[in-house]
Amino acid sequence: MKAVFELILGDPHADRAVPPTGITARLTVFVAAVMAFLAVLTLAISLTTGRVAKVWAQELAQSATLRLPVDPQTADALLLEALDVLETTPGVTSARALSVQEQQALLEPWFGPDLPLETLPIPQLIEIITDSDTYDADGLRARLSAQVPGAVLDDHTAWRAPLLEAASRVRIVSWTVILLIGATVVAMITLAAQASLAANAQVIRVLRLVGARDVYIAHAFVRRYTVRAGFGAVVGVAIGAAVTALMPHGGTGDSILMGVGFDEAEWFLLPLIPLLSAVVAFFATRAAAFRRLREQT
Amino acid sequence: MIELDKVSYGFGGTALFSQLSLSLTAGSFHFLTGPSGAGKTTLLRLCYADLLAPDGKVLIFGQDAATLDRDAVALARRRIGVVHQDCAFLDHLTIAENIALPLTVSDRASEAAQNLQELLNWVGLGRHAEQLPPQLSGGERQRAALARAVIMSPDVIIADEPTGNVDWEMSQRLMRLLAELNKMGKTILIATHDLNMIRAMKIDVSARVLRLRDGRLMQAGAEL
Repeated sequence: MKAVFELILGDPHADRAVPPTGITARLTVFVAAVMAFLAVLTLAISLTTGRVAKVWAQELAQSATLRLPVDPQTADALLLEALDVLETTPGVTSARALSVQEQQALLEPWFGPDLPLETLPIPQLIEIITDSDTYDADGLRARLSAQVPGAVLDDHTAWRAPLLEAASRVRIVSWTVILLIGATVVAMITLAAQASLAANAQVIRVLRLVGARDVYIAHAFVRRYTVRAGFGAVVGVAIGAAVTALMPHGGTGDSILMGVGFDEAEWFLLPLIPLLSAVVAFFATRAAAFRRLREQT
Repeated sequence: MIELDKVSYGFGGTALFSQLSLSLTAGSFHFLTGPSGAGKTTLLRLCYADLLAPDGKVLIFGQDAATLDRDAVALARRRIGVVHQDCAFLDHLTIAENIALPLTVSDRASEAAQNLQELLNWVGLGRHAEQLPPQLSGGERQRAALARAVIMSPDVIIADEPTGNVDWEMSQRLMRLLAELNKMGKTILIATHDLNMIRAMKIDVSARVLRLRDGRLMQAGAEL
């Protein structure tokens, strides 16, 4: 902890020995801020995608839909038979026939609000809520084929898998972007530090001639870039957090577009960004400084 | 203190000197003279490991300079005060800060406060402490460089043309300061081409005068 405070506060005498580099300093802070801002947004997208994918997985894994054949003569009997089968099936928590209004609402996006459902051969749908521990979809299909011929059980596997796969890909891409942002910070800090070291070659030479050890000279540069990268990242995170907080949030919580942001606990991840930025700057500058110093006598 | 044993050095394939030997014993006073380009500055740089000899051996406080790591070189330089020909100041620091620089980089900055004013007065720069190096005259800069060279109370003081930019009176004053240090037991090596100054100094100190010419180091002759 003492070393961290020393790094932040610095040695005023050592700091004076290396002259300030105006434009490089301001650019370092600016780039660190922009990178931190992008990291916040990317992190928000990644975490939101993960959250929504989890909701989808939980909801869809515990539900299924039974579709009954379209036959006006036997519709009521098939419905009763199907409900009877479902009520006696282990693992089925509840089974409910969708009302005409509910079925109409499902079709409304495609056919509009004035669809005369009663005149069309629309199959009756039954919503099934299951208990994932004891529910056996294959066993239920076997019973339905025997007792409710033509009924089709859809446990959502066919379209749930691609959705979860897509969500997983979005998260992978997001984390890749975050890693690239980190790599960009490393490259930027290294370039800025090398430029500063080159501009101060004569200063470094004089310091060496009067007995300065490499670690002393490197520390003066490392401290500056660590503080600049950390400070820039704090600014970037603050702006990113404000932008994220101001984004529209939907009520259902299962839409990515209406829910980009952080949950309560996830907000605590944000202070890690300036910390990581400072750590990255510390090691990048240190490596650049020692590489440069080794080239001088 | 510092010993060069059969050292050779050259630039771009041309030998500057070869098989050169020199021993700076504790408390000794040496002048190194010779024409411009003879290799005086190069020889001095070998003495504080600013250059490494490809042939021969340079011993600094008993340690082979070729085997010293970078930290060891830094520590050795704290025991060798150097007055560079160009003074080698940091122009953004005040004269006081420049003089205190060896203490600052040795994490002994707190000692500077007590020694600095005394040292500034000793070299006659008491009123120039807060000025920047470019604001000083050549002679004042040379005196400030001497103050920086001695602030760590080094065992050895090496001066490269310390009177090159100053008038006769000032050069005498600088030489008297170096003679004082020698009497305090410091080992002194001064490179200069100013023979009149050497003659004047020989009255005050028992100095050995070496002449570097045509790649060879020899005892100076009767001209001194």
